[in-house]
Amino acid sequence: MADESVGGNNRTTAFVISARKRTLQKAAKTVGEGLLLGIASFVAIVVLFIFYFVARDAVPFFQLRGFSEFFTGTNWYPADHPGGFGALAIIYGSLMVTLGSALIAVPMGVAAAICLSDILPFSIRQYAKPVIEMLAAIPSVAFGFFALVILAPLLQNNGGPMLMWAWWILVTPFIVLAVLVAADLLTNSIKDPKRRQQGYVMLLTVFGLISVFLLYKVGTLLYAIQILTGTNALNVSIILSFMALPTIVSVSEDALQAVGRDIREGSYALGATRAETIIKTILPAASSGILAAVILGIMRALGETMVVWMASGNSSHIPEPWFNYLEAIRTLTATIAGDMGEADQVTGSARYHVLFAMGLLLLVISFISNLVSERIVVRQRKILSGQ
Amino acid sequence: MIKKLLLLYALVVLAAVGTADAASNTLILDGSTTVGPLAKSFATYFTRKYGLHVTVSESGSGNGAKSLINGSCTIAAMSRPMKPEEIAAARQKGVNPVAHVIALDGLSMVVHPGNPINSLTKAQISSIYRGAITNWKEVGGPNARIVVIQRESNSGTQDSFKELVAGKGVQITGNAETQSSNGAVKSRVSTTASAIGFLGLGFVDRSVKVIAVNGVLPSVTTVKNHTYQVSRPLYFYTNGQPSGSVKQFIDLPLTADGKRIITELGFINSK
Repeated sequence: MADESVGGNNRTTAFVISARKRTLQKAAKTVGEGLLLGIASFVAIVVLFIFYFVARDAVPFFQLRGFSEFFTGTNWYPADHPGGFGALAIIYGSLMVTLGSALIAVPMGVAAAICLSDILPFSIRQYAKPVIEMLAAIPSVAFGFFALVILAPLLQNNGGPMLMWAWWILVTPFIVLAVLVAADLLTNSIKDPKRRQQGYVMLLTVFGLISVFLLYKVGTLLYAIQILTGTNALNVSIILSFMALPTIVSVSEDALQAVGRDIREGSYALGATRAETIIKTILPAASSGILAAVILGIMRALGETMVVWMASGNSSHIPEPWFNYLEAIRTLTATIAGDMGEADQVTGSARYHVLFAMGLLLLVISFISNLVSERIVVRQRKILSGQ
Repeated sequence: MIKKLLLLYALVVLAAVGTADAASNTLILDGSTTVGPLAKSFATYFTRKYGLHVTVSESGSGNGAKSLINGSCTIAAMSRPMKPEEIAAARQKGVNPVAHVIALDGLSMVVHPGNPINSLTKAQISSIYRGAITNWKEVGGPNARIVVIQRESNSGTQDSFKELVAGKGVQITGNAETQSSNGAVKSRVSTTASAIGFLGLGFVDRSVKVIAVNGVLPSVTTVKNHTYQVSRPLYFYTNGQPSGSVKQFIDLPLTADGKRIITELGFINSK
């Protein structure tokens, strides 16, 4: 009886202590969670606030000048009286360099990522990846200086030969591969091994001659090109692609690594070669991650300012013909950077608000592409998991 | 622990007070990239002579005016006079901008050294920048498309060019490239065979070729006697009449050493 009462007493004391402790723990938990929630929502709120404040200053522009001039006009004279606010050429310039840099950076970046994750031995990869990522640490003004002082004169003086060599170096491996595969596929149906061999050699010779002719002909055409101005869309596209590369390589390499060893070995076990494994198994499995990498890289190119401001030439016109990468262009980001200095003297004018309209446009573009990539990633995941 | 923290706090406060003190003792210049080399040389000279620290930023005349209006600089360096809108904005903020002419500058039209053109008329230059003339052969040069290079809208040099050469209200062609400083324009013109651009006289060197405007080359004599028509004064703007060290700095161009610096940098004394 006494024992019990003592025991019971002890238990109650123990219970009281632990209850107080529990209250403390609970309080700490609430505070901690609240703090983290606060920080997380702060970040989200910052994004919303940026949207709000940019939009607040962008709307007056459309009230003052309407939509049609901004989106369809090419007369960009914001400082004149009366001013011209046609931003079509500038929007076009932004899209042009973004596309150009994507065309260079995406194949290169994904190929480099595949090489890093599946082809190079681990010991080399350990060094190669940080070196590639170091590209991201170079300040953009250094890239811009390089583009303006070295690449631009180089393009002007040796543009034709450079384009020819680039064409040969980039296209030759693909053409060789295409010829080999095409000849193989076309002669595959021939039953007799001897005749198949003969057909194969014949096709190889014919295709080979055609492609050598093609390589040579396009090469001489490119060689003859005289680049008038080195600060052009091509220059900027090249530099921007180098700036987007580390993002693309790093993120897609992570995606490729995330495809497990089991999947790779499963593919090998079924008798697939390494090429087949990479193309038919690993790339589809990692496609959502690679897509995310590509969009991140493209966003980097779209939002870059300093390089574009220094090396694009900043002339607000649509090149002629429209795909001519050898002419100077002007982008949204460079326009905001270049015109901001004086524009806020005249707060409230169209000249001031048009820059916010451009900022809003950039925000909307990146928002939409983020949304799209998110959707694609989710859908891809669903397909891959077999749902 | 608390003692250590207190000590740290005291140190931080001291440091903050120290920098605040230093800030009130420095001169801050902002503005024109044309005036930039001049302002920097003045600053070095001034620091050596009076031991006062001077910071110089080059962000364009427009930005200089803005900094003066916002109170973020003591002296605005400008290669054009303040515009009425800027003066109005300044008055609204209780700032009274006062102009001081420090030197004269000949706005020089420059082309690539390999270009055979030696002289253009104002009308020809205006047509080139309007986009009416697009090939060098139309003004007696080789058959090559003209690469027109202008400055950004912040630039006082750009405003002076429009006012003095292109003509007021002229819309510069959309094909014109835009560079953000005298240095960038020089670098582009010196490397581009068919380019034309304009620079402050102080920036001209052997890497580019100066062409005569209406038959007159810019030089100390032609700018001073107004035969070179494309010249302009360079300004320092202060808030109210300067006094103390600001006045000492503003008056530098009037001293013998100041005049020597101006001449050495290729600008022209106003007096």
